[in-house]
Amino acid sequence: MPFIPHTADDVAQMLASIGVRSIDDLFDEVPAELGFDGLPQLAPGASELELTRLMEERASGDGRWLNFIGAGAYEHHIPAAVWQLAGRGEFYTAYTPYQAEASQGTLQLLYEWQSMMASLTALDVSNASLYDGATALAEALLMAVRALPQAARRVLVPRNLHPFYRATLKTVLHQQAIDVVEIAFDRATGRIDPAALESQGAGGFAALAINQPNFFGVLEDASAVTDWAHGQGALVVGVCNPLAMAVIAPPGEWAEDGADVACGDAQPFGIPLSGGGPYLGYLTCRSALVRQMPGRIVGRTVDLDGRSGFALTLQAREQHIRRSKATSNICTNQGLMVTAATIHLALIGRQGLERVAMQCHSRSRELGALLAQVPGVAPLFDAPVFHETVLRLPLPVPQVLGRMRGEGILGGLDLAPFYPELGHAMLVCTTETRTADDLQRYARALQAALES
Amino acid sequence: MLIFELSRPQRGNHAQFVAEPFLGLDDIPPALRRRGTPALPEVSELDAVRHYTRLSQRNFSIDTHFYPLGSCTMKYNPRACNSLAMLPQYLARHPLADPATGQGFLSCLYELQEILKEVTGMAGVSLTPMAGAQGEFAGVAMIRAYHAARGDTARTEIIVPDAAHGTNPATATMCGFKVREVPTGPDGDVDVEALRAAVGPQTAGLMLTNPSTLGVFERPIRELQRVVHEAGGLSYYDGANLNAILGRVRPGDMGFDVIHVNLHKTFSTPHGGGGPGSGAVGVAPRLLPFLPIPVVGRDENGYRWLTEADLPQSIGRLSAFMGNAGILLRAWVYARMLGREGMRRVADYATLNANYLMAELARAGFDPAFPARRATHEFVVSLKALKAQTGVTAMDVAKRLLDKGFHAPTTYFPLLVPECLLIEPTETESRETLDAFVRAMAEILEEARAAPEMLKAAPYTLPVRRLDDVRAARQPDLAWGSAPG
Repeated sequence: MPFIPHTADDVAQMLASIGVRSIDDLFDEVPAELGFDGLPQLAPGASELELTRLMEERASGDGRWLNFIGAGAYEHHIPAAVWQLAGRGEFYTAYTPYQAEASQGTLQLLYEWQSMMASLTALDVSNASLYDGATALAEALLMAVRALPQAARRVLVPRNLHPFYRATLKTVLHQQAIDVVEIAFDRATGRIDPAALESQGAGGFAALAINQPNFFGVLEDASAVTDWAHGQGALVVGVCNPLAMAVIAPPGEWAEDGADVACGDAQPFGIPLSGGGPYLGYLTCRSALVRQMPGRIVGRTVDLDGRSGFALTLQAREQHIRRSKATSNICTNQGLMVTAATIHLALIGRQGLERVAMQCHSRSRELGALLAQVPGVAPLFDAPVFHETVLRLPLPVPQVLGRMRGEGILGGLDLAPFYPELGHAMLVCTTETRTADDLQRYARALQAALES
Repeated sequence: MLIFELSRPQRGNHAQFVAEPFLGLDDIPPALRRRGTPALPEVSELDAVRHYTRLSQRNFSIDTHFYPLGSCTMKYNPRACNSLAMLPQYLARHPLADPATGQGFLSCLYELQEILKEVTGMAGVSLTPMAGAQGEFAGVAMIRAYHAARGDTARTEIIVPDAAHGTNPATATMCGFKVREVPTGPDGDVDVEALRAAVGPQTAGLMLTNPSTLGVFERPIRELQRVVHEAGGLSYYDGANLNAILGRVRPGDMGFDVIHVNLHKTFSTPHGGGGPGSGAVGVAPRLLPFLPIPVVGRDENGYRWLTEADLPQSIGRLSAFMGNAGILLRAWVYARMLGREGMRRVADYATLNANYLMAELARAGFDPAFPARRATHEFVVSLKALKAQTGVTAMDVAKRLLDKGFHAPTTYFPLLVPECLLIEPTETESRETLDAFVRAMAEILEEARAAPEMLKAAPYTLPVRRLDDVRAARQPDLAWGSAPG
């Protein structure tokens, strides 16, 4: 029996110990009318070998592609040691560190993660993780609404934030009757439109989200927008690609006082694309807001002998203690992904991360220079970008992408379903994983697709 | 030693340094660039590998220890599930890549949806929720959407039993509902009369775990359903304990309208030190239009994502992309290895192990909380009498178990049973392991009688001794380099 160790002798002796004749007798409290007739639709059990064949066959059918899609999920090099370590059974098969003395490995690692993320975002404290960037933003905005009970139950979210993040926010925030107001972007720069902000009255909202870089890859003038929102008495939530923070001003450095909360997806730190998940939401904030934070938080303390050790702390925020009064319902979060991301940051290090960020950006500038030679292709926005940009094409994007797929290239993301007003617009990303040859290949394929 | 304390300026891990960038950041105005230096470590690759290998050795895990953490289903996680989900093509798959480039990947998810429909008896499944609690959120949001679509806006309450997981009431609050608790009777079943008194036109739904967190099957399940449905409410099945009945009883046949399945429990995906979880939801026919997106659909062109265009009444998205997709691949591999006959074996042997362990612990002098009831896949032991006799608490016993090489059961939950341990052995443990656990528990009982003070200070053999939780909360030290404040 797969994964069940019992011999016939074991079963006989165990049934005798219990005092029943059969395993069926153990289900005698289940009402008989709930019985059903097996599971005829399911296939019989398959061996590991059979499934290996099947999975490899399906995987090779899916193939490998030269990828230029980013849009919130980024292909980066992952050091070999990351998943060899994260895949160790001691990390992979442990659970939430409720028994601190038997979980010091996971707990210390989470404390290191919190330290890294607080520093990277230039804020004070971090939690141990949330599900992904979109849910982290939803939780961050809920924190702001709770922290400002006098403010209107409204939050401002720029339209140049990831469309799926905005969709997720609506799913979550509408349950609590919180309005999500979308702020238009400037069609020339791709940045938040200052005029759209000015039309929002003081005290009329609890928080403003600023996406840095935004969905178009464009860098916002985050300090100016932060100042404006603070002037209206609202909190500022930075939604940031954490890799960009290695070289771009992080939320804690925005304006005079910095933003209040930072969040986003830490997928770029050692987490494979993997078809959309599992990724990893991060959340950091100023100390004053820590009791509004959702999720696990690890603290350093001492044991009976005065030795340093780590434990889950500030648990009076959480569902298993506070039940209906908790800051969130979150319980299990993304422990294994945090494990990988922490190890990734340790292996890449401060200098390594800065180099990765700079190389990603350099590649996008190099690609921009190549594409300037392709007739009919131009950047749509004129503000500075980080490692991702929107191109205007002379043809419908799906047509172009289809032709590029014929060359083995995933050329970018068609923005028409999300921003029909932008016309034939395509979002293109480059990371350090793309070589100069890849860029040449891309430029040739794009040109050919436009000419055919 | 923290990784930061191993760091030396300029040391770094040069094998991971990418080539010198060809172009710099001069196209980005200085005001937009970072000013401060982040406190990230600069260590050699060996330093990092040794550090995290050592940290891993400071964990208990399923792979190293019996881990009978009640309600968490800490069963063996087959290695093939991990390695097959990590084939390079799946790892490199971009979530926004054209579905034509991922038919193999999508076919696994589609088949997992079908398998889950079959084993739960539900009409439709969405795999997007990223944990049990998010599955609960999706379920309660669907209940809200169902009532709203009927113009029934007076339903403002969700009912939960007092034995429920904390996530149930927390979820109801997150979905904007008021929470009403109903009590449990002395035999461990929900008090049907109390439920009858609690329901009314304000009832949106009931959230129920069956078997309950008390480790018993709710015998009046049909009657509970009738009471809620006659009041116009819907019923939600928290799948935390599905391992107990997999292939034996289906939530759909019990009459539930909406359910979630914890794939990291019943379908053996990794617990990972606290996630990722995976909380697929299933629904009865009347809730099909409200399923969260994306769902994997299939037509003459193959597999594709179903979105709001296909499901205009959907409660919407719950994640940026597709939940914990890679975890779903692992669950699919596991389900295929079990197959049609293996599902029921899970419930059978999980239940056999729990009832055996309960019987043997009772023989060793421990008190099951519900001695007249069958255990399901787990059971509750109360140490109330031991505490009265010796002062030794459930926490002391749990800590001493760590010294003896066993992870502790869940402690002080369910809240209804004083000084309790919630013990779930799972089907993948051998009789020898269960016997060794009973011997350890018996030794602790002797120690409690002979030297209770010794137990108060356990554990003794772990990397740290009992930690000062009060100090952790009063003087929070949550990040390296920040002064406790």
